[in-house]
Amino acid sequence: MAGIKVFGHAASISTRRVLLTLHEKNLDFELVHVDLKDGEHKKESFLSHNPFGKVPAFEDGDLKIFESRAITQYIAHRYEGQGTNLLQPDSKNLAHYAIMAMGMQVEAHQFDPLASKLAWEHVFKLIYGLTTDQAVVAEEEAKLAKVLDVYEARLKEFKYLAGDTFTLTDLHHIPAVQYLLETPTKKLFTERPHVNKWVAEITKRPASQKILQ
Amino acid sequence: MYNQNMVVKLFGQIRAGNPQRVLLCFLEKGIEFEVIHVDLNTFEQKKPEYLLRQPFGQVPAIEDGDLKLFESRAISRYYATKYADQGTDLLGKTLEQRAIVEQWMEVEANYFNVVVLPLVINIVFTPKFDIALVEELKVKLDKVLDVYENQLATNRYLAGAEFSLADLTHMPGMRYIMNEAGLGSMVTSRENVNRWWNEISARPAWKQLMEMAAY
Repeated sequence: MAGIKVFGHAASISTRRVLLTLHEKNLDFELVHVDLKDGEHKKESFLSHNPFGKVPAFEDGDLKIFESRAITQYIAHRYEGQGTNLLQPDSKNLAHYAIMAMGMQVEAHQFDPLASKLAWEHVFKLIYGLTTDQAVVAEEEAKLAKVLDVYEARLKEFKYLAGDTFTLTDLHHIPAVQYLLETPTKKLFTERPHVNKWVAEITKRPASQKILQ
Repeated sequence: MYNQNMVVKLFGQIRAGNPQRVLLCFLEKGIEFEVIHVDLNTFEQKKPEYLLRQPFGQVPAIEDGDLKLFESRAISRYYATKYADQGTDLLGKTLEQRAIVEQWMEVEANYFNVVVLPLVINIVFTPKFDIALVEELKVKLDKVLDVYENQLATNRYLAGAEFSLADLTHMPGMRYIMNEAGLGSMVTSRENVNRWWNEISARPAWKQLMEMAAY
C-alpha cells in the first residue's frame, strides 16, 4: 500500500488545511516538501501533481487529487470511522450535511479571499522581503469585519459554524486564523465575543497546535 | 390537494449565473421547483427581508420545507446527493470518483470563476471598464483553459468519462464567455474545450434552462 502523501509546504495555508485533517484523523502520512521560494511548484516535476502549479497535492494509494477542500472532504468521508469525526454527528442526515457544505462555501468565498490577502500583506510579504501595503490592509479589514459580523450572529446561536460540533467547516478556517492572530488584524476577532470564543476553541485543539510546530 | 410547501423554492433571478447553477442541477435531476424572483436591478438582494435568507446579500437562496440554504455550489451538492438515484448522476458512484468531481468543482471556484466573474462584471456590466485589468484577466483565463484543454484531451468530461457537477458548475460562466463577454474565440480556438462546450451545451437540461432565461 503506497500510503498517504501530501505534496506541499508546512507553512502554506492550503497545505495546513490538509495536514490538520490528517492529524485530526490520526492518519500516518508523508509530507513531501515543495520549495515554494525556489519556484518548485511551477516546475514540470510538480505540475504532474497539480497542473495549476499550486500546493497541496495529495495521494492515497491510487487516488491522486489536488485542491485542499476536495482533499479534506475526501479524507473526512473515506476515514469516517477514525479519529475525530469531521462531518456532522448524524452523517446520514443530508439536511445537516447541506448546512456544513454551505458553511464550507462561505469560508471559501467570503472569508478566505479576505483572510488570505491580509495574511499575505502582514506575514508572507515580509518573508519575501516586501513591505505591507497599509491601504490594502485597511480595505480588506473593513470587508472582513462585515463578514465576521455575520459569523458573530451565527456563533451566538451555535457553538460551531455548522452546529454544535466541530466540523470541516470550522477546520478550513484554522490556518488563516492562526496567521491573523499574530497580526494587528487579530482585533477583528477579539472585538466579537462569540467569534473570539470560537477562535480560542478551534486553535487550542491538539491538531491545531501540531501544525504550528 | 397541491401543497405549495412540497416544491423547493429558489430565490433569485433566472438570468443570473449563480441561480442558474442550481436551476440546472434541478433540471438535470428532474426536481420540481418554483422560482421566486429577486430583482437584482433594484438591489432587492440587499434589502433586510432578503438578508434574512442570505446574510451576505447574494442570490440564490433556497427554501425546501424547513431547510433553508444559500451558496449555489452547496445547494447543488445537496440536491445531487439527496437525489443520487434520480435523473443524471452528477457525483459519481464511488468516494474516489466523487473526490475527483469535487477537485474539479474546486477548480471552477478557485481558478475559473475567480477570473471569469471579474471579466464578466467589467466587460458586460461596467460602462468604462479597466482595460488593463481585463487584459490581465484574459491572460489568466488563457492559462486556465490551457489546463482544461489538456485534461479534456484524455477525458470526455472534466472529471472523467461521465458528465458531472464539475462540468455543470462551469456552464453559467461559460455562457457569458461565449455570448455577452465576446470571448468565444478562447473556446473555439481550443479543440477539446470547444468539443466539451458543444457537447454539454447540447444537453436537454441546458436547453430547458436557456428557454426559461429567454435571452
